[in-house]
Amino acid sequence: MQSVTTHIPGLEATALKVREHIIKMSTGGGCFVGASLSAADLIVYLYSEFLNINKNNLDSPDRDYLFLSKGHDVPALYGTFAELGLLEKSRLKNHLSTADHIYWHPNTHIPGIEFHSGSLGHLPSVAIGVAMDIKIRGGKNKVICIIGDGELNEGTCWEAVLVANAYKLDNLIFVIDRNQFQANMATEDLIPLEPLHDKFTAFGAAVKRINGHSFEALHKAFSAYPFQEGKLNVVIADTVRGKGLPSIERRADRWFCNFNAQEVEDLLKELHGETITQLTSETLVVR
Amino acid sequence: MSYEELLTQTALSDDRFIVMTAENRALVRNIPGKLGNRFIDTGITEQTMIGAAAGLALRGRIPVVHALASFLTMRAFEFVRTDAGIPNLPVKLSSFIPGFLSDGNGPTHQAVEDIALMRGIPNMTVFAPADEQDLVEMLPQIWNCPNPSYIRINTRKTDYQHSPFEWGKAEVISKGTDVTILTYGLLFEQALIVKEILKNEGLSVGLVNLRSLKPVDEQAILTATQSSNLTVTLEDHFLTGGLYSIVAEVLLKHSVTAKVLPFALNEKWFKPSLLPNVLQHEGFTGKQIAEKILGYTTRSVQPEISIPQFSE
Repeated sequence: MQSVTTHIPGLEATALKVREHIIKMSTGGGCFVGASLSAADLIVYLYSEFLNINKNNLDSPDRDYLFLSKGHDVPALYGTFAELGLLEKSRLKNHLSTADHIYWHPNTHIPGIEFHSGSLGHLPSVAIGVAMDIKIRGGKNKVICIIGDGELNEGTCWEAVLVANAYKLDNLIFVIDRNQFQANMATEDLIPLEPLHDKFTAFGAAVKRINGHSFEALHKAFSAYPFQEGKLNVVIADTVRGKGLPSIERRADRWFCNFNAQEVEDLLKELHGETITQLTSETLVVR
Repeated sequence: MSYEELLTQTALSDDRFIVMTAENRALVRNIPGKLGNRFIDTGITEQTMIGAAAGLALRGRIPVVHALASFLTMRAFEFVRTDAGIPNLPVKLSSFIPGFLSDGNGPTHQAVEDIALMRGIPNMTVFAPADEQDLVEMLPQIWNCPNPSYIRINTRKTDYQHSPFEWGKAEVISKGTDVTILTYGLLFEQALIVKEILKNEGLSVGLVNLRSLKPVDEQAILTATQSSNLTVTLEDHFLTGGLYSIVAEVLLKHSVTAKVLPFALNEKWFKPSLLPNVLQHEGFTGKQIAEKILGYTTRSVQPEISIPQFSE
């Protein structure tokens, strides 16, 4: 296994910058800040270390694919794109402007976005189609689909696992952002998902469950790809909704946030280890 | 009275009512604690929620179900059509952030074909209130009708005092001989502005709030089109299958013609942004609509458009 240890400081610095971008997008109309923060490390790791995707190979049929099925965490993706040179940083300021295409869910007007999303439970099946074609053509591309834990309520996610198993899609990796929350409440308080590892295993997948904020753990897991010949790969990444901002971490009521300018300034300081922000903006907990 | 207050009061006084949601709690925030086991949240499972609602209705309940308009009408479409439509069960669909109200979410969340889809289902009834007062005025009759019903929820506030709701009847706001505007839902707000601007330009202006799209008030449509030189249809829906189509069907059915100018989304989704910017970008502010009808610009000032309380 390659060592990622020397890369970790760089990854951490990138992830911190991505979190800054996310916080800056959480005003002037707001964004899904909590889910974006839980997925940030995962997305930074995958694009920086694992996936063969860069600004020069976006049109190559041999590149890897990442499908962001949960969709509402797209600020983490845009922040990562900005840091890795796929997207001009200045465009992040166009969030929600009619002059650009940066809004609450992903769309293919942004180079590097493979498919639009926002309606949950769609991209696991789109990813299956891409993985099937790669198999038919004998390609080596890796296909990732990031799925929210709340998203697993949708039946199509489980249909996709059945089909991926039937077609032995070991070139496909479903990554579950297991941040323990769906829009309004903790997943286990509404539609319990556990034991999640066992569920995927019973459906025929090869499963790894890891700390989704540890670059070392991410690297160890993804370096073992493909986990088992002929099996769908599943990574359950245990994460924290709102990771990096103690004032919103694990808070059910901080789902979609539209902070004021002062709060954004304070949250940026909080991100860098200063005092906890006093949030006064109305909490919005709707899906 | 708000939507949530009316629903709470109705459900507490009539135990046939079951409040359901596919984890969309914006409209029913305080209901879980008040309704006990007659509040059911199925999680993010729109199809299963509709199937379960049909099962509850089979046992004599009136399920009032909540989800985002696009997922309720499209993801669960076959369940609505097959499980509520075919057996004609009183499943009541409360459809959240329809049309332009999905503002910055993007095309996945834009329900701009919901009227077309829902009115195509036999037995289904379809309603689109102009604002929260209109909604609350209409709901008791809708909830108590024996059919499945689709309600394009609109909880925005306007100053307009609506007249009592009569089943299958449109609300005629004014009559005019030059232009009559037919509209429903959110854009009623802008239609009031259009009416003022056109009046100031010396035109005789009619305005009709359709309210009920199925059954539709054919007489109101015929009267409007036959008494005005120009009829305008105004809707945050695709041109296909919505009000413009309904008007065309009614005119054809009665073998009459009229000059009709539609304002609708023609073969496109709208640009995602905050609601005021969406209306401006798509040309749906009252001032823009009025000037398109007039064919010239005016000195009129577009009043501020409020940002929805719930963005998503």
